[in-house]
Amino acid sequence: MSSSAAQSLLVEKLSYAYDNKVALSNVNLAVEAGECAVLLGPNGAGKSTLFSLITHLYNSREGEIFIKGYDVKRQSCQALAHLGVVFQQTTLDMDLSVLQNLYYHASLQGMRRKQATRRIEEELDRQGMLARKNEKVRQLNGGHRRRVEIARALLHQPSLLLLDEPTVGLDVPSRKGIVEHVHALCEKDKLSVLWATHLIDEIYPSDQLIVLHEGEVKAQGSVYEVCGGESTDDISQAFKHLTQGVLR
Amino acid sequence: MKLGHAAIALKGIIKRELWRFLLQRERFVAALVRPLVWLFVFAAGFRSTLGIAIIPPYETYILYEVYIAAGLIGMIQLFNGMQSSLSMVYDREMGSMKTLLVSPLPRWFLLTGKLMAGTFVSILQAYVFLLVAWFYDIQAPWLGYLSLFPALVLAGLMLGALGMLLSSFIKQLENFSGVMNFVIFPMFFMSTALYPLWKIKESSELLHTLASYNPFSQAVELLRFAMYGQFNGYAFLYTLAAFVIFMTVAVWGYNPSKGMMVKKTGGPS
Repeated sequence: MSSSAAQSLLVEKLSYAYDNKVALSNVNLAVEAGECAVLLGPNGAGKSTLFSLITHLYNSREGEIFIKGYDVKRQSCQALAHLGVVFQQTTLDMDLSVLQNLYYHASLQGMRRKQATRRIEEELDRQGMLARKNEKVRQLNGGHRRRVEIARALLHQPSLLLLDEPTVGLDVPSRKGIVEHVHALCEKDKLSVLWATHLIDEIYPSDQLIVLHEGEVKAQGSVYEVCGGESTDDISQAFKHLTQGVLR
Repeated sequence: MKLGHAAIALKGIIKRELWRFLLQRERFVAALVRPLVWLFVFAAGFRSTLGIAIIPPYETYILYEVYIAAGLIGMIQLFNGMQSSLSMVYDREMGSMKTLLVSPLPRWFLLTGKLMAGTFVSILQAYVFLLVAWFYDIQAPWLGYLSLFPALVLAGLMLGALGMLLSSFIKQLENFSGVMNFVIFPMFFMSTALYPLWKIKESSELLHTLASYNPFSQAVELLRFAMYGQFNGYAFLYTLAAFVIFMTVAVWGYNPSKGMMVKKTGGPS
């Protein structure tokens, strides 16, 4: 464990390429405890690649990633124990019930039955999904599936929650509900969040902003700082400047 | 890795596989019907043309149905291994493989756990088949049903590991039909599942050589001997070696930096 333990996530000089195509280039970022960091970037910016590297689905050849001070490459088990993930694509088993899906995840996290039952009920209750615990995932709508996935990601009480475009394909009320809930988690539970999106309206003024474009971090800081750097008070404008090269 | 954590996770992985298997009744029926059709139709038809001489582990002349029974158990495990491979490719495409791989346990353990879960299901299928076969007068000694268990474990692990290895090569679900044509059928037909080696040798030296080196043949022989309470050391070592090799390559295939996943997919799915 390194001195970077204070930070929930620390990414240093991270680069990644598929064959000759550069996906990430010298990415540096940090997410502090209780911070909601929004990773903003257009499609193909490298957000999913970054998530695959943080979750150790892929190994970085250049650069380092620390979760709660644990090196993802060398101490992957310790690092992943502090991580909760909601992938862009639903990763629930459609044919199993909500409970079966959650028990499966709890077992992978090494939680005993009693503890798992307690945590599942707590998280489902928080998501307003407790009454639907015995339903098959296939019977749930997109918004409810996402809520179950968030409950699942939080079962083992991670320090860092990664969300990869979790609101894609959801209707407006579902999107709003999820955005509010995740921000409340940061505030109340001091959970660190890295939220990948390309939707400007999901950003709160209190968020930290990381703008990723063509594999490079174009700007990072508070919403105010990033907008200030682009001489505007509108995030959309700042994002446009940073990703489309519009002259200031 | 903490042992308690590993045990809970393993139990969870096996339980999930079982839940899925019980939900997919068609899969269970198909897994049972396939070998039974071979037994009731194919073997019955060939009974008169294929006499089997006295060869170990049999101590007397046997009907063709008796000979083919061990091969059909092997077939159940072969198809189950490939089915697991198919479901792993499906899981990878659907994303649920990610849930498993981001768990805080070593990747080799997670993959072995998945393999053990698949093997467990194939053993259940094999014993249900044997129960039906028992009523069809294909009866092994009682002890044979017990000694068959460890052989089923090893054969199931070896064939499951082969499936896992293939799943790390296969980029898309659509490519899976190739596995049927180029792996399952050749492995099954070029083996001792349907005919003993000496009979294959009578028709073709080349086929005989291929069948001798086919790991599926050795798995079937291991099962055949175990069914009669006997231990075939050569078949055991051959199957074990094949398992170790297949599993090593499969774990390598799923390694985030070295494996074929990166090369084949060209990036995160």
